[in-house]
Amino acid sequence: MSPTNPIEIFKQEAQELLAQLEATLLDLDCTPDDPDLIDAAFRALHTIKGSGAMFGFEAAAAFTHHVETVFDQIRQGKARLTRDLIAVALRARDHMRLLIERPEKADPAAEEALLAALHDSLSPGEAVPVVPCEAAGERVWRVSMRLPRDAMINGTNPLLLVDELRSLGESIVTPVTDTIPRLQEIDPSACYMAWEITLKTSKPRSEIEDVFIFVRDEMELEIALAETSCEDAQGKPDAQEPTPSGPAEETLSEREPPEAPAPQGEADAHATPAEQQRVRRETTKNHASIRVPADRLDELMDRVGELVITQSRLKQIAASSSDQQVRAVAEEIERLALELRDTTMGIRMVPIGSLFGRFRRVVHDLSRDLGKEVELIMEGEETELDKTVVEQLNDPLVHLIRNSIDHGIEKPADRIASGKAPAGQITLSARHAGTEVHITIIDDGRGLNRDRIRARAIERGLISADGALSDAELFQVVFLPGFSTVSEVTNLSGRGVGMDVVKRTIEALRGRIELSSMPNRGAKVTLRLPLTLAIIDGLLVRVGDARYVLPLAAIEECVELPADDKGGSRGCSFLNIRGELVPFLRLRELFAAKTPPDRYQKVVVVAAGDLKAGLVVDQVIGNHQTVIKSLSKLHAGIEMFSGATILGDGAVALILDIPHLVQFGQIAEEQLRAAA
Amino acid sequence: MPKTILAVDDSASMRQMIKLTLRNAGYDVIEAADGQEGLSQARRAKIHMILTDLNMPVMDGMVFIRELRKSPAYTGIPIVFVTTESDAEKKSQAKAAGATAWITKPFQPEQLVAVAKKVLGE
Repeated sequence: MSPTNPIEIFKQEAQELLAQLEATLLDLDCTPDDPDLIDAAFRALHTIKGSGAMFGFEAAAAFTHHVETVFDQIRQGKARLTRDLIAVALRARDHMRLLIERPEKADPAAEEALLAALHDSLSPGEAVPVVPCEAAGERVWRVSMRLPRDAMINGTNPLLLVDELRSLGESIVTPVTDTIPRLQEIDPSACYMAWEITLKTSKPRSEIEDVFIFVRDEMELEIALAETSCEDAQGKPDAQEPTPSGPAEETLSEREPPEAPAPQGEADAHATPAEQQRVRRETTKNHASIRVPADRLDELMDRVGELVITQSRLKQIAASSSDQQVRAVAEEIERLALELRDTTMGIRMVPIGSLFGRFRRVVHDLSRDLGKEVELIMEGEETELDKTVVEQLNDPLVHLIRNSIDHGIEKPADRIASGKAPAGQITLSARHAGTEVHITIIDDGRGLNRDRIRARAIERGLISADGALSDAELFQVVFLPGFSTVSEVTNLSGRGVGMDVVKRTIEALRGRIELSSMPNRGAKVTLRLPLTLAIIDGLLVRVGDARYVLPLAAIEECVELPADDKGGSRGCSFLNIRGELVPFLRLRELFAAKTPPDRYQKVVVVAAGDLKAGLVVDQVIGNHQTVIKSLSKLHAGIEMFSGATILGDGAVALILDIPHLVQFGQIAEEQLRAAA
Repeated sequence: MPKTILAVDDSASMRQMIKLTLRNAGYDVIEAADGQEGLSQARRAKIHMILTDLNMPVMDGMVFIRELRKSPAYTGIPIVFVTTESDAEKKSQAKAAGATAWITKPFQPEQLVAVAKKVLGE
């Protein structure tokens, strides 16, 4: 797939235009009479049609043409845009996308239905021009041409036209010079002359006309069949094909435009200033960016990763060298490598708004289907996230939003009954928080139904019937595989993607998901995601003779392990940090280190959410730029580690998965308590 | 010396297609994404022909053509605009603005070359 291939570029472009079209249509759903929006929709359709036909997407172009016609009518005030029409147009947009991206999947019956729906709303009158064909035979034509005065200024070279005529056959060209003014009155760029040409050709009349295709509307042109007798008189003895049609019919003055355009509105000619301003803004934004295939970015990130690894090797070598110059260069390279890393990661950042935009459609369609009124509020669309993360967030977010509409938001009547506004609200927001991005989905619906969740969880054997669970614990049950409170799976939420899949996806992104709910006030889902997946700042530690990396963002502090705790052989015990009891895990025991322990053990205190844990290590080595390499599928089940990295000396260090370790610490703590 | 054609279109795919086609036919092609950019590009080099879309943001093709024709420097330079079958009224407007010729979308690469050859006289 070459990025310079126009067809690929077109596909990308079409995707953007279709996204734009969708957004415009959804905006129109709120303000159906906004002429700027109608114009924008029309323009998007127009471009899809035009370019589509150019690049061989005839079916898409033909289909788009019908939708375009409808919007053209609306634009000219000949038709009104209704909400039903918008719904049809949205479906038509989806069909266009299908026709462009996977034409083999397009269903002709669905297309018919869409067209019928469109035609129901409007009746476009479309006349197909019929191109007449003429029989060929060598005939003699008399062509008389006079160009408008400004023809030459406008780039037409009359001599080229004459030459072109002569290329059609044997000809005699006579210039008509009587309209040339006196020298002092001549405008050198004006065209004063006319020409009479006698042309003998087997080419049809249409081909002679074609010579003047670009000027015939403005020029005086007569094309007539010369009389046979006239032909003979001029001394052309060649036998002529008898002309079947009457000559009178063949003569016509070409002053009229060929396609007789209807005197329609000039909506195109002058856009409103507001529109122009908006367009200008959009374009300035476009100008500042260039298009790069995503895999090249991935490649760049890989290279930078390799560079960072090599650089840490250099750093290690330089550190053991006494050569000041080598050290200076190594430091300089370290600085540059880090800057390069930051820049590269910056390139990969995309605003999450592009993703959020898609959900307007989900909300629109779903609330329509369910007879609910839902308003989607989006905040923090400019928040940037690594593009891989953004791509992977689509499905989980769609699922969460579906859940909110399907299970959370009540029908208007129920809402009024419980003293709420008839239209529900879903707030989708994103914001930066340290090295994380927090995405929240808040709805003002009925909230999670504790009793139903509990009953279902017991029924499914996920919890025991007698255990008392806090809200937070109970809500965690929702994320277990095989949990679903809807007895009858609706075709909306129950698409085989349960909350367990959502959780798994988020965790695969090294993120976490939290759920809270207030009865009758609504539910809130928070996704906490790391800014990037590729390279992190890590803390390198040693346990036994192996080294491990802890994500720096999760680290609270490092303290020395008090001497009296050293002898402990239990997996977990407590540390008093400024009055707070923190459970700690001896990684030596956990990882079964065989070498004798260091004399002074260190505790690295890490946090995951509200929970803290201490990790006892032999040595804290220092900061490390960690290029994350994911573990192979074989090792995907190992929860202690989230990945691996390559160190400066070529050794592999595993990256500890802090949330799991913290959880592990908490569980161990509970077991200890229970045992005590 | 190959002749230079300035291609103005807001669609990157169209520009790419035009560029490839005309370069294959032996022309030099410079590009611009809208009329405004087109004007500044036109000033930068000696242009033999301009190919422009009509429907463009910032400065549409119609204004672009009018602006070009205002300057004596572009008198007589062929301006070809890209249009669609449904744009009949635009065609005459563009002609009135000073365009030389047009090409109707969708077009085949050969058609584009033919139009260029026609207005450039080759």
